[in-house]
Amino acid sequence: MTRMTFAEAARRALAEEMRRDPLVWALGEDLVQGGIFGQYKGLSEEFGTDRIVSTPISESTIMGAGLGAALCGTRPVVEMRIADFTLCAMDELVSQIAKVRYMFGGQGRAALVVRMPQGMWRNSAAQHSQCLEAWLTHIPGLVVAAPGTPADAAGLLKAAVRSDDPVVLMEPKNLWTAEGEVPAEIAPIPFGVARQAAQGDALTVVTWSAMVPVVEQAARESGVACDVFDLRSLWPWDEAAVIASAQRTARLLVVHEAVTVSGFGAEVVARVVEALGPGGLKAVERLGAPRAPIPFSPPLEDSIRLSPTRVAAAIRRVAG
Amino acid sequence: MSSASNETARRVAMLRDMARIRAFEREAVAAMRSGEAPGVVHPSIGQEGVAVGVCANLRRADRITSTHRGHGHAIAKGADARAMMLELHGRAGGSCGGKGGSMHIADFAVGMLGANGVVGAGIPIACGAAQAIRLTKEDAIVACFFGDGAVNRGPFLEGMNWAALYRLPVLFVCEDNGFAAFTRNSAVTAGGGPAVRAEACGVPAAAVDGEDVLAVDAVAAELVARIRGGGGPQFLHAKCYRWEGHTGTDAAAYRPAEEAAAARDRDCIRRLAALLDPDEVAAIEAEAAAEMAGHRAAAMAAPWPDAGAAFTDVQDAGAPA
Ligand SMILES: Cc1ncc(C[n+]2csc(CCOP(=O)(O)OP(=O)(O)O)c2C)c(N)n1
Repeated sequence: MTRMTFAEAARRALAEEMRRDPLVWALGEDLVQGGIFGQYKGLSEEFGTDRIVSTPISESTIMGAGLGAALCGTRPVVEMRIADFTLCAMDELVSQIAKVRYMFGGQGRAALVVRMPQGMWRNSAAQHSQCLEAWLTHIPGLVVAAPGTPADAAGLLKAAVRSDDPVVLMEPKNLWTAEGEVPAEIAPIPFGVARQAAQGDALTVVTWSAMVPVVEQAARESGVACDVFDLRSLWPWDEAAVIASAQRTARLLVVHEAVTVSGFGAEVVARVVEALGPGGLKAVERLGAPRAPIPFSPPLEDSIRLSPTRVAAAIRRVAG
Repeated sequence: MSSASNETARRVAMLRDMARIRAFEREAVAAMRSGEAPGVVHPSIGQEGVAVGVCANLRRADRITSTHRGHGHAIAKGADARAMMLELHGRAGGSCGGKGGSMHIADFAVGMLGANGVVGAGIPIACGAAQAIRLTKEDAIVACFFGDGAVNRGPFLEGMNWAALYRLPVLFVCEDNGFAAFTRNSAVTAGGGPAVRAEACGVPAAAVDGEDVLAVDAVAAELVARIRGGGGPQFLHAKCYRWEGHTGTDAAAYRPAEEAAAARDRDCIRRLAALLDPDEVAAIEAEAAAEMAGHRAAAMAAPWPDAGAAFTDVQDAGAPA
């Protein structure tokens, strides 16, 4: 194990994949310069500017070219800079990449990775802070992963590069500089397997992405013994682990940074209720953002951000 | 073979391709009108010279991206016409197993990377295909077909700049049939037109009469040679006319009948046929008609896809339960 930042872990994982497979390459804005979070730092020096490609600000074509390149046998890593800019490439992602294998009867596959750092970070305001994972889990054809630790950032990126499915990797912008232990040998992490971050019988807490360290801290500070699951991937997601835990605890809290309304937490709760029956839970709560854009001013942004204190209060509420 | 007989053989082959496309689409339109083929077809009848003149200069390893009006591109690139007809009928054995239909026909075996239901969407895909070809050092190029309507979409601008910037081996083919669905494209397009826009991004452009297949062939040969020689992307603006409505059931009441009649007088097939032996032409056309009628009958006799096919080829991880 080595201690390193999220960005460094992700950088290492991509470098290792690019060394392993010459068909892996990356395209996006400012990649030759290391990417805006340093997650591509040094890669153009090692792999050249044909494999680490700095592109024009042309999101449709960054995404669409990734697809064309995948259909011709390479494995592109498509960098969207931040998730909000994916909105300029939605046709390419949703109606092209997610559909080609199916529409063409299995003739071609979009074996590519789309990286889209998301969420609140340094008062970026309404157009640079959104969490849109629920939009993409809704789209058949896509795998959606949302790591919350450096080790998972590395392991999920490796799995994404090797996957024959198109994989959306939503990295939490706020955690690029967070440190954690990363195995010396980074192994791909299978999609749909949650990481259990804490164990306890009082309730089941489910989270992912930037809320992972917040929830872990809240669980410690709450004094309540809970099962905490970091889902790591949202489609597929580890329904079995969450349902089994909720069956035991009968209490479920889902915490995410995204807007609560129509958030992925709604899906988690619905699946658990379907599995356990309408009387299967004694308490259930979703904790997310209010249905408001992200404001700029620090105190205003803080009023929307979930703190360990607020999550700990919710843990105590749901524990009863 | 002498060069004269080579030339004749090339013309005969192009006539056959155009006749096959027209016969295919005549059957497709009839099948759509009768309800035998579900959904919508967008016929390219009258525009066959563009697809055939361009694809006559492509090799099997070359790729194409196509549009909602893409039967001609597919057939000209060598796609399996029987499988295409089955696809139009939603049957098992169709190009895409019945899961795509007319607007999503693909035939990867011959480098046909897919028709597209989204105007302009093939342009970024073609750019990426060319980038992959470069990265893997494949000896191939990409031809990217789109209509004049696509030049008003953002991906057109992005793609021209992108292809020029990276000097990608792409031939952009703008099939300018004058209409974007029910609207005359000139009524909604400012500036100097598709070629001017391409050149503004640094993609050299040539114009051609798309209803003259020999002219298309000659210009395409030159552009393709430049691309294969490392000259970067080239743009071909091919003027043509859509004889039928936007879809197989659109009566095209928004344009004067004389205009369409005049276009029929410029028929790319008749113009080439006039240079060939009439008996041979008649035989080729009869053969094409019989082939496509046979495919249509085969499509009607073909089974529907297995019900389970609705849930296959979605994705590996997290596939439908
Ligand atoms: C992005 C997008 N907008 C609108 C449509 C609906 N539509 C389908 S074909 C078409 C006209 C396209 O015109 P053009 O590109 O000139 O091709 P043509 O139909 O003339 O072959 C339109 C508007 C679409 N498919 N995609």
